[in-house]
Amino acid sequence: MSKKQEKASAYWKENLRYLFILLSIWFVVSYGAGILFKNTLDLIKIGGFKLGFWFAQQGSIYVFVILIFVYVRLMNKLDKKYGYDD
Amino acid sequence: MNVQTWTYILVGITFALYIGIAIWSRAGSTKEFYVAGGGVSPLANGMATAADWMSAASFISMAGIISFAGYDGSVYLMGWTGGYVLLALLLAPYLRKFGKFTVPDFIGDRYYSNTARIVAVICALLVSFTYVAGQMRGVGLVFSRFLEVDINTGVIIGMIIVLFYAVLGGMKGITYTQVAQYCVLIFAFMVPAIFISIQMTGNPIPQLGMGATLSDGSGTFLLDKLDGLSTELGFNEYTNGSKSPIDIFAITLALMVGTAGLPHVIVRFFTVKKVKDARKSAGWALLLIAILYTTAPAVAVFARTNLIKTVSNQPYSEMPEWFSTWEKTKLITFNDKNGDGKINYVSDPQANELIVDRDIMVLANPEIADLPAWVIALVAAGSLAAALSTAAGLLLVISSSISHDLIKKVINPNISEKGELWAARGAATVAVVVAGYFGIDPPGFVAAVVALAFGLAAASFFPAIVLGIFYKKMNKEGAIAGMVVGIVLMLFYMLKFKFGIFDGGKESVAALKEDWWFNISPEGFGTVAMLVNFVVAIIVMQFTPPPPKNVQEIVEDIRIPSGVVEAINH
Repeated sequence: MSKKQEKASAYWKENLRYLFILLSIWFVVSYGAGILFKNTLDLIKIGGFKLGFWFAQQGSIYVFVILIFVYVRLMNKLDKKYGYDD
Repeated sequence: MNVQTWTYILVGITFALYIGIAIWSRAGSTKEFYVAGGGVSPLANGMATAADWMSAASFISMAGIISFAGYDGSVYLMGWTGGYVLLALLLAPYLRKFGKFTVPDFIGDRYYSNTARIVAVICALLVSFTYVAGQMRGVGLVFSRFLEVDINTGVIIGMIIVLFYAVLGGMKGITYTQVAQYCVLIFAFMVPAIFISIQMTGNPIPQLGMGATLSDGSGTFLLDKLDGLSTELGFNEYTNGSKSPIDIFAITLALMVGTAGLPHVIVRFFTVKKVKDARKSAGWALLLIAILYTTAPAVAVFARTNLIKTVSNQPYSEMPEWFSTWEKTKLITFNDKNGDGKINYVSDPQANELIVDRDIMVLANPEIADLPAWVIALVAAGSLAAALSTAAGLLLVISSSISHDLIKKVINPNISEKGELWAARGAATVAVVVAGYFGIDPPGFVAAVVALAFGLAAASFFPAIVLGIFYKKMNKEGAIAGMVVGIVLMLFYMLKFKFGIFDGGKESVAALKEDWWFNISPEGFGTVAMLVNFVVAIIVMQFTPPPPKNVQEIVEDIRIPSGVVEAINH
């Protein structure tokens, strides 16, 4: 493998690691907190919200937005590290 | 001034604005027509994507659906926002690096096959046509209620406006009108929500008002109050659903994956300059969408509580004015079954006397809450912005599928730039007329097929694109087999369980519920079909030749963000 290819595959590996972590969070807040564990979380109340219900109708959406902006930051840094930012 | 005068003024101003922008941003080349020249800023593209995405369904219907479904409505909230995470992380940056005009472009080139391209064109057309018909219907509905014109006249006015700026401006015109339309629609959605939130809870932020205590001094939480009212009338508790968790899971996933696979959304990420911008504009898009999507469940709670309090067990003769105006449109119907002159609104269909169409909850909400006339008119202008912006985006996908993917890439590769541009305009015109026809005379299947559109996108495009990027060895045989099996399976399941075609028609659908595979409804089946697509593609790939070397190099290239070439027409 040439140097260029080695660099590209190292970059890709780091990218995949970020994707795995971010998508795990994506899964946990929506399918986990909002659906599978909804009834358990509903026993906790914050203000007028049952927590599971809040995740399903509010919380998951906030986390989604944050996830994308975190991804943008991480990738911009990664691009710089590998000299792929132009 | 009354509501109608206000509506004429606000709708008139916004329409003049859209037309002005269209004239200012005419498209001169196919590149401008398809991808707005490829130089849109991330924020502008985020706004345009948000307007493109939020359709009449998001603006008018969604809060109403949640209002009646309670927790079950969460599938739309999570499904239609979570898809953007997939889009931003798995698709948008790579497709931008790939640098072509359309989704079938990617499928056709990545899988080095015109068969794959044509399969993708058929999927794109099917998805977009079913969608656009729903938008035209939304336009007609708003015109007929607020401007008191005939619903068909309303559809025709909408057609002319869309035709004007989509055909003239192409993607460039659409992008900048969508930016304006986003501003109109979000303002129109937020103003009444804030008013009502203050009225009911004293909190100006609807997202917080939803979880606050009522301002009537009772100290009861709004959601507890609504849970109580709902169970009293025999409905489910609002914060608890009636669907099984596996079905909620499947529907949410099908909507998320379907969202990420919708061609009119994906194509918006071809319009920015760099890979970096594609990622960022996905973030902006979701942030701007989330403003509406986190407000909608609050509106749903306010509207539902208000509705029950206003009508339940009240004398029909004392109903406010809005009740009779909406009765005229037949979207509210009252039938005094027990003849006591009071409205008996309960869950039991035998005793229930009131039917409220869920589509009017957002439109009637300001009236129910007794807000000033200009706010009601604003909602009308906002719904039109939502419907028109989405319709325009869809029409562009339809026209580019025909002029670019079919004519230029398959039928006549020697067509001149000018010829292609005219073909695109012609295709857009035909598409508007067909969409208008569906809006005026909707076939019974339209509503059902809109749900199918997500299932289809999930079952076809999403796996093919993801495998194309993340699995270098995926070949054309695998991808085509996966797409075909995914779509056919999805269609079969819909026809069997949504239309009852194999078991004696629509009447038998309810009884077939027992036979659902894994207890998953047709709306959620896109999830299963998508998984089958992945599995079939990977199995077929094992027994067929690997993709040629140059295709594998393309895949390596799209994984690296630097060195973006301008989208070129070749």
